[in-house]
Amino acid sequence: MADIAVLLKQVPDTNAKIVVNGGRVDEGAVNKWSMSPFDEYALEAALTQGGSITAITCGPARAKKMLTDAAAVGATDLMHIVVDDLTALDSNQISTILAAAVEKSGASVVFCGKQAADTNAGSTGPGVAEKMGAGCVTMVSELTGDSSGFLALRPSANGMERVSVAAPCVIAFDKMSTELRRPNVKGIMMAKKKTVETMSIGDLGVDIGSSSVTLENQSPPAEKPAGQKFEGAESVSVVVGKLRDEAKVI
Amino acid sequence: MVTVIAEISGNNLHPVTSQLVGAAGGEVTVLCPGGVGASDAASLSGVSKVISVEGDCFSSFDGGAWASALGSQCEGRIITAATANGREIAARMGAAMGVAVVQDVTSISGDSVTRPIYSGKAIETITVSGDTILSLRPNIFPAVAGGGNAAVSTVNQSADVATSVKEAIAKASERLDVSDADVVISGGRGMGSIDNFSHLEAIADQLGAAVGASRAVVDEWGMSHSIQVGQTGKTVNPSLYIAVGISGAIQHLAGMRSSKYIVAINKDADAPIFGVADYGIVATWEEALPALKDALSNL
Repeated sequence: MADIAVLLKQVPDTNAKIVVNGGRVDEGAVNKWSMSPFDEYALEAALTQGGSITAITCGPARAKKMLTDAAAVGATDLMHIVVDDLTALDSNQISTILAAAVEKSGASVVFCGKQAADTNAGSTGPGVAEKMGAGCVTMVSELTGDSSGFLALRPSANGMERVSVAAPCVIAFDKMSTELRRPNVKGIMMAKKKTVETMSIGDLGVDIGSSSVTLENQSPPAEKPAGQKFEGAESVSVVVGKLRDEAKVI
Repeated sequence: MVTVIAEISGNNLHPVTSQLVGAAGGEVTVLCPGGVGASDAASLSGVSKVISVEGDCFSSFDGGAWASALGSQCEGRIITAATANGREIAARMGAAMGVAVVQDVTSISGDSVTRPIYSGKAIETITVSGDTILSLRPNIFPAVAGGGNAAVSTVNQSADVATSVKEAIAKASERLDVSDADVVISGGRGMGSIDNFSHLEAIADQLGAAVGASRAVVDEWGMSHSIQVGQTGKTVNPSLYIAVGISGAIQHLAGMRSSKYIVAINKDADAPIFGVADYGIVATWEEALPALKDALSNL
């Protein structure tokens, strides 16, 4: 059984309201931080595989709690690369850091979400695969087999397809049929005692160069003008007329 | 100098490619993976050169192999579509070349780009330096017209392939994908049961629309995740989005709020979906959908 590294990111809960203050999303206004939903599917898939599972995150101090949560459901090792402001790093730097962390963990198989719920980018899985010289399958919604030959279901131009890939590889998960298991009391107690291996980028011994992106500003989405509201099904024909004459979309 | 990676769908050039060329500006080279769609790409206005990149590695999608084979032909800024494959190619090229990737870009002004974050709950503006890779959100940038006549050259590239397709599973229905459709009609818990989706499908047929669904019904009624619109489903931005019996949870709004026009049909006048609707109709679906069907027939 191959060791698996699971890449996790802590993000504002998808129910959380996003507030912008002074050109930046106000993290202090986020009422709940959670493991990114697609990363949860990746963690569950790793737990289903079994064996040694290293949960790895890159982020500020608050992200440590998410690693403890991962331990409570069965992650065996926890690795936290402390970076206070992820927005200062570009995708290439993040991939470099995480690939170095994976190498340190000794894992030859990497599971992660297809994208994180904050940036929605999806650069990390394939980026880490490239740095590892590994194969990668993204948008995976079903996985069978093991590291000697995974069979992964992903969308294709004509529907879906099952793709085989073997270690070393990265699997980036879409929504799966199985939600992340809940921790039991024993798991929670054990997780509290689990050591989080905390390190800086420097401790990983990689040179990440300088960032080629600069975050200038974050803003709320443009406000839409207030819509028109009608009562009753008899107004449907009025709206259809407006869709044709005002909006010109039908 | 800009290199556009053509988006292909099966054996055809995907229409988003003409949007990528439109957004690129300047002297544009289009790379066609596996040579697919090269002559169509050459006819796009504003394209100065098409390179048909051929090789065994293009027989099925392998992000690493494609990025490697295409990357050798890239110069300057690289643009892909922010589709599943386009994002993966962009990510792998960025990591291979050691340059930054900005995904899901919705506007470009020189070195300043914007993209939605938190599924559209906020927008960020980023300055990029040097040659970077940008994936562009479909249906945002204006497409270029035809009428071009660029030269097509062919190169052969080999690359190591790490994946192989073992089984192809055809789509269960011939319906349009929610992320590609220009009109989407979606249903939520207010539809009562999965059987009632047939009423949405009938209207979708009239409009040439795709059928979508909220997370609640996809999960509870066992519908395909491929039609789920929202933060853990698909983000859509059609010209017209019709939400029927969807209350408008924040995660759903995140997936559809950038639609050009939104119609909401809901019996609850206080449903949050009305907050983003251009046209709201307070009515039950049982009354509103037959009326909608008739009104569309009379157009």
